[in-house]
This record gives sequence, structure tokens and C-alpha cells, in this order.
Amino acid sequence: MTWETVIGLEIHVQLATNSKIFSGASTRFGAQPNTQACAVDLAMPGVLPVLNKQAISHALTFGLAINAEIGLHSTFDRKNYFYPDLPKGYQITQFQHPIVGRGSVEVILEDGSHINVGITRAHLEEDAGKSVHENMPGLTGIDLNRAGTPLLEIVSEPDMHSAQQAVAYFKKMHALVKYLRICDGNLNEGSMRCDANVSIRKSGDTTLGVRTEIKNLNSFRFLEKAINYEIERQIELLESGQKIQQATLLYDADRNETRPMRSKETSEDYRYFPDPDLLPILITQADIDVLKKLTPELPDQRRLRFQETLALSEYDANWLTADPDIADYYEATVEQCNNTKLSANWVMGELSAVLNRQELPITSAPITAKQLGQIISKIADDTISGKIAKQIFDDITRQADPSVDVNEFIKQNGLTQMNDESQINDIVDQTILANPDQVQQFRDGKHKVMGYLVGQVMKQSQGKANPKQVSEMLTAKLKTQP
Amino acid sequence: MNPYASLQMLRNELDSRALSSVELTQMYLTRINKLDAEFNCFITLAEEKAMFQAEQADAQIAAGQGGALTGIPMAHKDIFLTQGIRTSCASRMLDKFIAPYDSTVAKKLNHAGMVCLGKTNMDEFAMGSSNENSYYGSTKNPWNTEHVPGGSSGGSAAAVAAALVPVTTGTDTGGSIRQPAAFCGVSGIKPTYGRVSRYGMIAFASSLDQGGVLAHSTADMALMLSAMGGFDAQDSTSADQSMEDILALTRDSEGFALSGKKITIGLPKEYLQNLTNAELEAVYQNVQSVFSGQGIEFRDVSLPHTHVAVPTYYVLASAEASTNLSRYDGVRYGHRCESPKNLEDLYVRSRSEGFGEEVKRRILTGTYTLSVGYYDAYYVQAQKVRRLIANDFTKVFSEVDLLMTPTTPSPAFKIGQLSKDPVEMYHQDVFTIPASLAGLPSMSIPCGMQEGLPLGLQLIAPHFKEALLLKIGNLFQQHTDWHTQYPETGQNL
Repeated sequence: MTWETVIGLEIHVQLATNSKIFSGASTRFGAQPNTQACAVDLAMPGVLPVLNKQAISHALTFGLAINAEIGLHSTFDRKNYFYPDLPKGYQITQFQHPIVGRGSVEVILEDGSHINVGITRAHLEEDAGKSVHENMPGLTGIDLNRAGTPLLEIVSEPDMHSAQQAVAYFKKMHALVKYLRICDGNLNEGSMRCDANVSIRKSGDTTLGVRTEIKNLNSFRFLEKAINYEIERQIELLESGQKIQQATLLYDADRNETRPMRSKETSEDYRYFPDPDLLPILITQADIDVLKKLTPELPDQRRLRFQETLALSEYDANWLTADPDIADYYEATVEQCNNTKLSANWVMGELSAVLNRQELPITSAPITAKQLGQIISKIADDTISGKIAKQIFDDITRQADPSVDVNEFIKQNGLTQMNDESQINDIVDQTILANPDQVQQFRDGKHKVMGYLVGQVMKQSQGKANPKQVSEMLTAKLKTQP
Repeated sequence: MNPYASLQMLRNELDSRALSSVELTQMYLTRINKLDAEFNCFITLAEEKAMFQAEQADAQIAAGQGGALTGIPMAHKDIFLTQGIRTSCASRMLDKFIAPYDSTVAKKLNHAGMVCLGKTNMDEFAMGSSNENSYYGSTKNPWNTEHVPGGSSGGSAAAVAAALVPVTTGTDTGGSIRQPAAFCGVSGIKPTYGRVSRYGMIAFASSLDQGGVLAHSTADMALMLSAMGGFDAQDSTSADQSMEDILALTRDSEGFALSGKKITIGLPKEYLQNLTNAELEAVYQNVQSVFSGQGIEFRDVSLPHTHVAVPTYYVLASAEASTNLSRYDGVRYGHRCESPKNLEDLYVRSRSEGFGEEVKRRILTGTYTLSVGYYDAYYVQAQKVRRLIANDFTKVFSEVDLLMTPTTPSPAFKIGQLSKDPVEMYHQDVFTIPASLAGLPSMSIPCGMQEGLPLGLQLIAPHFKEALLLKIGNLFQQHTDWHTQYPETGQNL
């Protein structure tokens, strides 16, 4: 039996506004509990919501970027349920008439293939507060700093068929909201979180299977692992003749498993109805025209530009444009060294490895784009070898000092590649004399030994010789000299 | 000093230094302390703060910086948040709740220099028509203490009727200013929805709630409204509408002049056809002859959807109330039950103990009508009917300038008379609810007596025509003396 997986995502994007969606309190992350919760956020008696206009323009910017239908008359509804982190006892959201309607995005997968993911809708709503359990045994604390943070909930069609596709889509949306500057994209601070709706069906079936919803996934890795776990769980259930129960699940990253949320955390009937405290949002074509003019270059446009004008492969261009900060860094590197391919290799390779190891965003990279560009320039003009370049890169990133000039650094440390033929010639001659056995092996036709001999020369030159030059010189000498 | 003096008379006394605001404030506080044990108009007195405000007002007047209302005592219905003073909404839920901020209305009246004596009694969360639903006990009608003062702004109406305070604020959702004004023989106005900010006014039914005034006359109401009304950026449903015509009423004695304009008042037949109160009918005829004598014409009009207004109102108001009151959960403020076993227990017991019977009834009704499967049949249907009712008014206002009806079908009923029959109680609002559903400005002024109890006349105007309403009311009060008749109990001191 083969199974087909069907996945839809609901992504919650915290919009980058200075104040909350319905109050003037700050949205800054990481403040002391309840220091950024005003009377409105605390749902004091008598308070009323006033809509933050920046949240509207952010939502519209998103809608225009995915070519969605714009809700010219969108409204707010109350979603009623009791929970201590929800001070009013209802969440203000857009249920009936969302601000962004149908749209779609194209997603490039790891293997280079493309899929199209439909966007059902995107709507504005307010975030809830947080329950706090640390350092208060037997008690639950409530932190309402997050309550009222503006969210854009982006609901996709069930257009994804593997965890990899879901992750690629989530990454695409991450790139998009960062490009649009409507979200800071900090996943570890909860700026983007998603719920995954997962179901399976027999290959060829046209009706959807019973779905489960995995709540609150806030990393690409957890999304992938949670979906994969859930697919396997569902297949096992069906193959052993059992049924899937529609359920809301939480993913436990420590145990790598999904389990049902307590029933109290889910509710059957939210009793949605139009919020009488808020007027409809009315959008005109003129508003849309203004925002269209302000839309920055989008990831797809930038990727195409990288492919066309920088001659990068689609894979490299896609990788480099997934995050606007990375793309900015890459472009600054290219500006310094004028070498698009080497810059791509270094940013995607060494630099990315260092950032991962140190868990740093590229905006805090321990080497500046200028420094990296200088290194690449020196490789390209044969001043240094790749090996020396790596050594310089390591030294610079260790120092993490943006004031260090790479050219000076190379000079001061005598790292310039030995391009003086006579100097290399001497070392080559010495190496031939010092390794008679290997020389004989080469002459007997075992050409593989050349690697060893080149290595010896490089060692003698402290890595400063140009290995290509060494190899050519050795070959010439061994072939002509007896 | 006559405690029933008009605001203009009090102004003259204060400005001529015949009386200080401190003396005036003390005079009314003394009346409250002597008389209110009988009427129970006040939930909370703010004597210290009032004296402080009075001293400040006197300083302002002395410096020549006083305005029309500087130094004049008033009281707020206990639904308006008043910073530092308990704001209970007559509920056990908020019995210990000290307001952390001022409502826009309180802020504006403070700014106008008024002296707040305290907070008046009401039906819990403004749900009721008799003031019997107060955690702090019923308010008694000063005309006859066996009778209710009406509700929900019953404490505000009775306090004015007994001259415990010259003027009070109230709120009206389906008649909560007009009906108690009628029952207590005072004037009360519910402005157009959106005219007075709802910020800091505890919500009952957000799409209907509107702050207003209870006073001795239309002239006093005009002064108050000019200070309370106007656009407020903190209330998204607040109307960005000029206050100029209301302000004009307060500028000089000519402000109320009708300037020769021909006025036609419509008499909606649906309000009168089932009226079985012959005395009220006679009073109503008399009112017409007073107006006719002033050149006003009458025309019979029809508002065909009137009969469905009451059920429509109770569906919508209860639905909104059921979610507006969800915030009272015992978590952040308000009543919390003793040692809750778990979260569910905290919610269930805090709310069961904190809310009274009528509030629970409306929360349950509202929760039911918003539920899946009933939403379309009740809430959506009621919204449609609301539109039809509003359209009825729009139509008749193309023919007439104002509408006139009795405010209530009968004078104040006895305490306990209807409290066992919620539906009969709901029908007390049959004449006031339609204008609320349409968001129209509407006013009740005293127009007669029946069995020693006052009767009220309701006038309804098109949106934002409060000035016209007040002018016509003023015309009536210049030719009648119902508004200067006071209950005996109030005068004995």
C-alpha cells in the first residue's frame, strides 16, 4: 500500500509594528513580564480597541506580494474562549471577511523542482499572552507582554505532500515577510510560528483523509520532524486497521513525538460574531497603488536577478536569496571582489558553517562582507592559495574585528602565495631529491603518487606555493629528467 | 440655596461669590448623608476627592478661569470608570475594583471643573429596568419609596429627583436613561450612538451603549452634553461629528430659539394602538395641545417593525453582553473564589459568585444565540431586523422632524412587582428600544402625573439632531411646569 501525504500550514507572523494591534503598548521582545501590558491589553473594564494602521499596511503589503485578492471591506470578529492568557475572554480576529483573500506562491524544493502553494487567506488578529511555569512551583504565572501583538495568520491550501515541501514553503514565507520588512523573522523569539494540518490517503484517492493539527511549531527542523513523525504514526494506525481521530496535537521535540493537547486547550464552538467595538477596514484602490509603489524587491525577483545578471545557478540563487540579510551580505561581498561564483561558494560554505556553529545571524557575522571580498580577491588573483585563504578566514573570524584590513593582514603575516618560479623551483628540486622512491614510482607509471609529491612541496613552502604551478613543474621535471 | 436650582442659577451663585463650590458641595453631601439612607441612590461617596475638586474649582473661579460647569457638583453612574474611586457596576464582581484610569466622560467633566460627589446605583452591569438587580440593593423612587426608580440608571435619576445632586451621568442601552428619567420625573437624554465616547464606560452591549445625562431640564442637559460629547480617538465607534449646534444652545438665551422653522412631529401609531392606559392617553393629548399652541404640527406615521424590536434587542444585547462580560474571570482583577481547585473551578465559582441572577440569565441567553446552529437563526436574523427597524425611522424622518411617544406604558411599578417575571420586565422598554436599535438621539422629559407618580414624554430625532431635540424639549418646558415639580421627600430637610 502506498500513501499520499497532504499538508496545509497556518503560519502566524508577528507583524513588525512599534505598538500593539489595538493598544499603544510596546511590542519589544524580552521585557520583564507584564511591563508592556497597558489597560487595554489587561482587558480592564471599559477599555476599547483602536486599530494600529501599520498592521493594516503590513497585511496589505503581504497580500500584494502574493498577488492575492485584497479585502476592500474587511471586518473583525470575536473568537470566544476562556484561557488565562486571553484577558478579554475572546480574541479579536478576522473570521468572515479577511483583509487578504486568495493568492499563491511558487516554492523551489531542494531537488530543484518547483511547486505552487495556494494561499487561502491571510487575516489580522491579536496574539495571546503566555503562561509562565518557571520558578513558581505549583503555580501558573501569566505574562501579558505578548498579548495584543499583531499577527498575520496565513492559511495555505493543502497543497504540500511531504515534510520537505512544507519546510520549503515555510522557508519561502519566512523569506517573503523578511523581504517585505513586515516581520523580523526571528523564529527563536516566536516571531513566526506555524500549525501543520496533516492527513494521509491512499495514492490515487481524491477525498482527503482525517487530519490532525500539530500546533505551534517554531523552527524549520521541528516542523519537518513533527510532520514526519505524524505521517508515520498515521500510516501505522491505518495499516493496523485503526482509524485516525481528528485531533489537535503538540510536538514534543525532546521525545520527538506528537501527543494530544489537553481537551481544555481546545474548544468546540468559538461563537464567532462581528466585534461591535471596531469599524470595518475600508481599503481603496488609491491605498493599494501607494503600497504597490513601496513594495521592495521580492525574493523571486532577486533570485532571477542573481541568476541572470550574476550567472548563478538556480540552486545557489535560491539559497542566497532566501534571507534578505544573506543576499545583502552576498551582494556586498561581490561588490568588493567582483567574483560571483567564489563569493557564492564562500558565503554558502565557510561563512554559513561558522554562523551555524556560533548560532549567529548573518547580520552579526564575525567577518565583514568587505573582509570576505578581500580574501576572495586575493584567491582570484593567485596572491594566496585556497588553503591560506581558509587560514586567513579562520583567523579573521576568530578576531571578529571589522577594522582588520585583509590586505594588510596578508602582508604582515607573510602569507602571500609564492609565485616566484625560482623559489618554487628550488623546493621542487629538493623534494625530488628527498623522495627517490616516489619519484621512481611516478616514472613507473603510478601517477597517483603526484598528489603526495605536491603535498610535500606545499608543506615545504608552508602552503604558500601555488599547487597548480607546483604540479605542472613537477610533471615537467619528472618527465624530462632521468 | 434651593437644592433644585438649575445649573444656570448655580453658575450665577458661584460667579457672584454668593456661594463657593466648597459650600455647594457640602450642601449636597449633607443632603446625601441625611436622605440617601432612604433612597439608596449612591453606591460610593467620594467626599474627600469632591472637597478637593471643589477647592480647586473655587481657585479657578477666583482666578477668573472658570467655565460654565466649574464648581458644580455632579455624580457618575457607577458604570463610568473614575480613577482612584471604586467602580463596581453594581456587581459583586467589581465590589473591590478601584478604577485605574478615568473614562473619557469622567476626564472631560473633570476638565470642565465639575465636582464628582460619588457613584450612583444601577442595575448590575446596566441589565435591568428597575434597579432591583443591584448588588447594593434597590434604589427607591423619591416620589414613592415603595416604587422602583426605573433602570438601569435608577440611582442617577432618583438622585436628581431627590436633589441629592444637581445633575448625573447615565447610560442607555435600550432605555436605561429615558425610562428611569420618566419614572423619577426628571429629564434624561440618550444622544446619538457615537456622540459620547464609550471609553471607560463599562460595556454591556457595545453596539447600543451610549452615555448621556439626567437633569432637571433640557437647558441643564444641553450644558452637560456640550462638555461630555465629541470625538474620541480612543473609541473607534465615536462619531467625528461637529458639536457646534449643541454648543450654540449654551452660549446665550437665544440658543434655544427655533428661528421660525416649521416643525412637524410624527406620532407613530404602533406605539399607541395597544396603549390601555387611559390616563396616560389623556396626558399625551394634553402634550399635543401644548405643542400645537406653539405652532407645531402633528402627523400620524407608521414604524411597522416596532413589534419585533423587543425580541431583537434582547437577542443582540445579550449576545454582545455574553462576550463583553467574559473578561470578568477572576484572573486579573475582580471577584475571585476562595481556594480554587483548578482553572475550571476558578472560572466557574468566581463567575457564579460574582454575577447576579439577571446578568447570568443574559450571559446564558447570549451564549446560546451565538452558538453554532443558532447563530443564523437568532443573531444574524436579529441583525437583519435591526436594519429594518432603522430603515423605518429613516423613512419617517423624511416626512417629520421628530417623533413623539410616551416613554413608558405606565408610571413606576412597585418594587418586587415584576421581578419574578423577566419577560414582563423586558417589555417595560417597549417604547425606548426601537430608537436604541437605530442609534437615534432620544429624550424623556416629565409631562404629567398618574397616581402621584411622574409620566415621561419621549422625543426621538434623526442622527446627531440632539440640538433640535433639546430645543423642542425646552419649548415644552417653557410652557409647562412638570419639570419643576418635586417629590415631597426630597424637599424635607
